[in-house]
Amino acid sequence: MTQSRECGYEKGILLALVVLGLALSTGARAKGTGYVFVSHEKTNNIAVIDPKQDYKIIQWIPTSHRPRDMKFGDNRALLYVACGDDDVIDVIDVAALKVADHIPTGRSPEMFELSRDERTLYVSNEEGSSVQEISIADKLIMREIATGAEPEGLAISGDGKTLYVTSEVTDMVHVVDTEAGVVTDNIVVGTRPRRLLLLPDGKQLWVSNELSGQVSVIDRGTNRVLTTLDFLPPGFRQADVTPVGMTLTKDGKSAIVALGRANHVGFVDTATRKIETYVLVGSRAWGVALSPDEKTLYVANGLSDDLSIVDTESRKAIRAVPVGRVPHSVLVDD
Amino acid sequence: MKLGYVELADDPRYADRGAHSGIVFTDLGRPYQGSQVALEDARAIGRVTGVEFSMEKATGKSADELAQRISKWATDDDIHFVLADLPAAALKDLEDGLADRPVMLINISAPDDSLRGADCARNVAHTYPSQAMLSDALMQYLVAKGWLQIMVLQGPTPEDAALVVALQHSARKFHANIVENRPFLLTNDPRNREQTNVALMTGGVRYDVVYVADGSGEFGRYVAYETSLPRPVVGTAGLVPTAWSWSWDRDAAVQLQHRYERIAPPRRMNGADWAAWEAVKAVTQAVMRSRSTAFDAVRAFLLSDKLSLDTVKGNPGSFRAWDHQLRAPVLLSTADAVIERAPLPQYLHQTNVLDTLGIDAPETACRF
Repeated sequence: MTQSRECGYEKGILLALVVLGLALSTGARAKGTGYVFVSHEKTNNIAVIDPKQDYKIIQWIPTSHRPRDMKFGDNRALLYVACGDDDVIDVIDVAALKVADHIPTGRSPEMFELSRDERTLYVSNEEGSSVQEISIADKLIMREIATGAEPEGLAISGDGKTLYVTSEVTDMVHVVDTEAGVVTDNIVVGTRPRRLLLLPDGKQLWVSNELSGQVSVIDRGTNRVLTTLDFLPPGFRQADVTPVGMTLTKDGKSAIVALGRANHVGFVDTATRKIETYVLVGSRAWGVALSPDEKTLYVANGLSDDLSIVDTESRKAIRAVPVGRVPHSVLVDD
Repeated sequence: MKLGYVELADDPRYADRGAHSGIVFTDLGRPYQGSQVALEDARAIGRVTGVEFSMEKATGKSADELAQRISKWATDDDIHFVLADLPAAALKDLEDGLADRPVMLINISAPDDSLRGADCARNVAHTYPSQAMLSDALMQYLVAKGWLQIMVLQGPTPEDAALVVALQHSARKFHANIVENRPFLLTNDPRNREQTNVALMTGGVRYDVVYVADGSGEFGRYVAYETSLPRPVVGTAGLVPTAWSWSWDRDAAVQLQHRYERIAPPRRMNGADWAAWEAVKAVTQAVMRSRSTAFDAVRAFLLSDKLSLDTVKGNPGSFRAWDHQLRAPVLLSTADAVIERAPLPQYLHQTNVLDTLGIDAPETACRF
């Protein structure tokens, strides 16, 4: 063979390899694992469940102590989890299913949000009565915004300019201007507000009030409470209904509220604000998440150590999968 | 808005209790710091409502002296809500001394049932649980476990006698049986060995559990492992019904425990601290939700069924209309853990399960 043909073959192989490599790497990101991730407060790990393998737990990812809230980042290549007893956010490589990095936070991080450009983390510090703004790249706390005692739930507006945070002890939602880094308004809601849900119409903010058994509906234009939704599943007293986690279908038409010690979730039509049905799940339902096709709802039951699997069309719980101790949050990959 | 806080300089309850030869063996301690944690928590509320909350404290030699101080507070300093850390007799005298004043006292440390019954007063509320509530909580647990035969060891003080009266009431209410009541004495005189030797004291009868009524704490801590039959010890030692325990970690208690421990080292939060915290919280919540600092408006909201207080023990609390007692869960605690939270789920009630603990509306002796 002549030299030119050998070079041609080598180049061809090299090009093929590069193309294959590109295809593989973009494939791993775009396709998604389909896995369901559940964080456990007491066993300090995350269970990885594969719905395609009959909801088998295919792996346990050991994390720092007391993992709670979880969020995807970098187009689902990364999974961030707040570890409350080690004051750190673990960064998990989703492809490898392993903790790859740690971002130090203030004391006892529970819930957090990513800024729209994914360069900043907003972390609520239950013990420090503040929200900290942390640079992901530099791992530095850039700003600290003082809140009422025990801040928890966070929500960021679509344009990234407004951050809402609940203060459990002062019974209010703080409205924060993210550019200025200051609280600009405070909205008094029910008793012990925990989590927030922004509706895609951009006009409403829902707040779950754990001890008044209600969800407050806030008009974002005026920062006033428009109305409250009262939850009362059959067989329970008002005092037993402790709403915490909430989620929404992508079209914003249906909201699901986990009712804590009332061991049910409630399906709500967001337009009419009617509670359409209650579904019995496990003990102390807090974390909720929908599958990508929205046909399945996953509910983390903190005090029965299991994950309820609810069929959203029939609105019935079809199974409960035992997981680790005190499951907190659930997150589903595409 | 200023709140008041009063205590007695020589309060016998704190004088020499809980410590022996300088070693502290209980969590007893004055609850002032509990109120300070709540004031700190209320700062954010203050920013939103435009009301700055603060507290004025007075340590008096007698109830009369405190009554005069509080009267002056009401007229000169616009202080109308006063936390009271006083023994029952002093609190009663104080109530009488302030009868017609626009002042509301909140009892944060006295469990005496008489204060919620015949000696109740319209301008007094209680955040500390009553003896009836504490006794009922323990009894619910004993009955749920099937430990129905109770041997009582009773100490010599009137306080110990009151504990046993409450226990008898709870036993009737929940259908348990006090098989025997034997007295004990704090003495080393060998002639009194029947009243000092636990094995002798607990022999010759069949029982499921030993209840110790020992307010001093000195005797009770040595009963376990000395009883004639191997039985659990409950009451003022062993499994104790309390308003709060430093070991309680559910319902977001940990954050509260830490906020307290940060300002009051080396103390940990005890029941009266919790009651003081709840009292300040009740007032600040009432101010926030009634949008007023006027005495009548705040008092009305505080005592209404619209008040929903986070008790940090699971259920929301509010004041009972018939005796102004805060209804709240009670913790059954050992030295280092909370074994159960009362009311237990087996016990039902027509309106609010918290009312299975303590004197309910049909039974109250209180007439405002």
